[in-house]
Amino acid sequence: MSWLSVDAILRLQTASALPDLSATRYRIVERIASGGMGTVYLAEDSALGRRVALKILDVPEASGELAARLLREAKILARLEHPGIVPVHDAGTLADGRVFYAMKLVEGRRLDRLVSSGESLPHRLRLFQRICDAVAFAHARKILHRDLKPENIMLGSFGEVLVMDWGIAKSLRAGGGFDTATRPNEAGHAHEKSDPAITAHGAILGTPGYMSPEQARGEVGSLDERSDVYSLGAILQYLLEPGASSAAGPRPLAAIARKAMASNPADRYTSAAELGLDVARYLDGLPVSAYPENIYRRATRWAARYRVAIVLVLTYLIFRTLLLFWFRR
Amino acid sequence: MEDTKIGGPSGKFPATRWSAIVAARSTDAAERTRGLETVVEAYWKPIYKYVRIRWNKSNEDAKDLTQEFFSRLIEKNYLGDFDPSKARLRTFLRVCVDHFLGNEAKAATRLKRGDAAQHISLDFDAAEAELRRASQPLGGGVIGGSPESMDDFLEKEFLRSLFGLSLESLQRFCETHGKQTHFRLFEIHDIENSDVKPPTYADLAAQFGIATTDVTNYLAFARREFRRISLEKLREMTGSEDEFRREARALLGVSPE
Repeated sequence: MSWLSVDAILRLQTASALPDLSATRYRIVERIASGGMGTVYLAEDSALGRRVALKILDVPEASGELAARLLREAKILARLEHPGIVPVHDAGTLADGRVFYAMKLVEGRRLDRLVSSGESLPHRLRLFQRICDAVAFAHARKILHRDLKPENIMLGSFGEVLVMDWGIAKSLRAGGGFDTATRPNEAGHAHEKSDPAITAHGAILGTPGYMSPEQARGEVGSLDERSDVYSLGAILQYLLEPGASSAAGPRPLAAIARKAMASNPADRYTSAAELGLDVARYLDGLPVSAYPENIYRRATRWAARYRVAIVLVLTYLIFRTLLLFWFRR
Repeated sequence: MEDTKIGGPSGKFPATRWSAIVAARSTDAAERTRGLETVVEAYWKPIYKYVRIRWNKSNEDAKDLTQEFFSRLIEKNYLGDFDPSKARLRTFLRVCVDHFLGNEAKAATRLKRGDAAQHISLDFDAAEAELRRASQPLGGGVIGGSPESMDDFLEKEFLRSLFGLSLESLQRFCETHGKQTHFRLFEIHDIENSDVKPPTYADLAAQFGIATTDVTNYLAFARREFRRISLEKLREMTGSEDEFRREARALLGVSPE
């Protein structure tokens, strides 16, 4: 065996890592990022002359669990045609056996990187509303995301807000079970085993801090929309004050985040749409359902909402009074 | 002294094999031998270099100690104690070697006694030549290095060993299937000129008298097979699917960010 220099090893590493796109219409431009399941590459679609993002499984595994999960993610994305959800263009298996799917290339930045750049609170809240809209749409299609977090939200260069990474999404049917891609076995106990949020070794997938308590407990069979509502609450809390361990910021918003993140799902908002609506009400200076008001708080909010009109009226009254005094002299 | 030929070219590479770690602990003698041979084949060079550098042993001492270590690994079935859920095989072997060399005095006594351990045929001259070619000179700051730096050293040497074995297998595979040109192109483009700008596909096409598209396809084939063989070999070197995935992603340089 000839001796391999460090340069040769690095080149062999690269040669082994790069996906074999020889039988496809795609050409790799560069690697964008690597995640837990695979790597995302920037690629050129030679047939249509456009740039796309290719998500490709890195390593084959004996069980086929990850390949199934990646294809399942592509199918779920194909069902979710919404401006707030990244569209999928193509899916398949490469010559080297790796499963992939092609999606729209989103050029922009992640939500977690936006917050650190000092965007205003109203701007952040409007972004949050759009995240809620996308999630509400998925819920209407009976899809739970189950891994909502700032790192999985992309903000495009032209104001797009896109919810990404649906790798452990759950498809609900009328009975609360899984779709055909993860059908329970005859014994009816395969919900957990076939669930993409649980690995073959029983580990729960998701992100601590953003995962609902019931998801963290592994109760995947009973999860519903309120589990994503919890994650949205955690995102709201993050948007209010990154790094805070409890809801911070203006009291009504902190109350909204607390309600969304209630330990008991029954105490949360029943849907992402309802949560988004409460945030919209805050932005409009209206009372929010999560924050009961006494007279003082109502007056304060009312004053804040109509502060321009109040200032104008007060200014008018002051001038009028001054004029009265002036002419009486 | 009985000579056990280990590490020689087998000339075959089944598409899928059981993990060598699992095989090495099998009750079936043939399966156990196959598993141990695979482990020794991939690890003897990294271990020899580790003994030379970390333990600052002379060439002759390192040869004897590496021989003795692998003889004992086989005889005493060290791998029976390996738990893939607790450590990587590499780390386990390093701890075993450190423990073994920690009792060097006893080991030296045993060596002098010349016990009846089976002798493993290993090409130490090649390993020594590799050490001389390495940019890191012996004793150049590695001796007495931290456990992390030695883990890193072993990892790199294991990668070198694994890729070297994979290249040998790829060459045999290409020769068996009449694809010598594929292998030669791979060698020229990806290995021999790795420290300089590689020749263009057009240059290679002219050199081999084939079309440029053939160069593209031949290289894609060789890289695909090289990847397959490397991952198959790595799978043999790992004790569980989780460990395989972790190691494979590190091997391919695609660990999560």
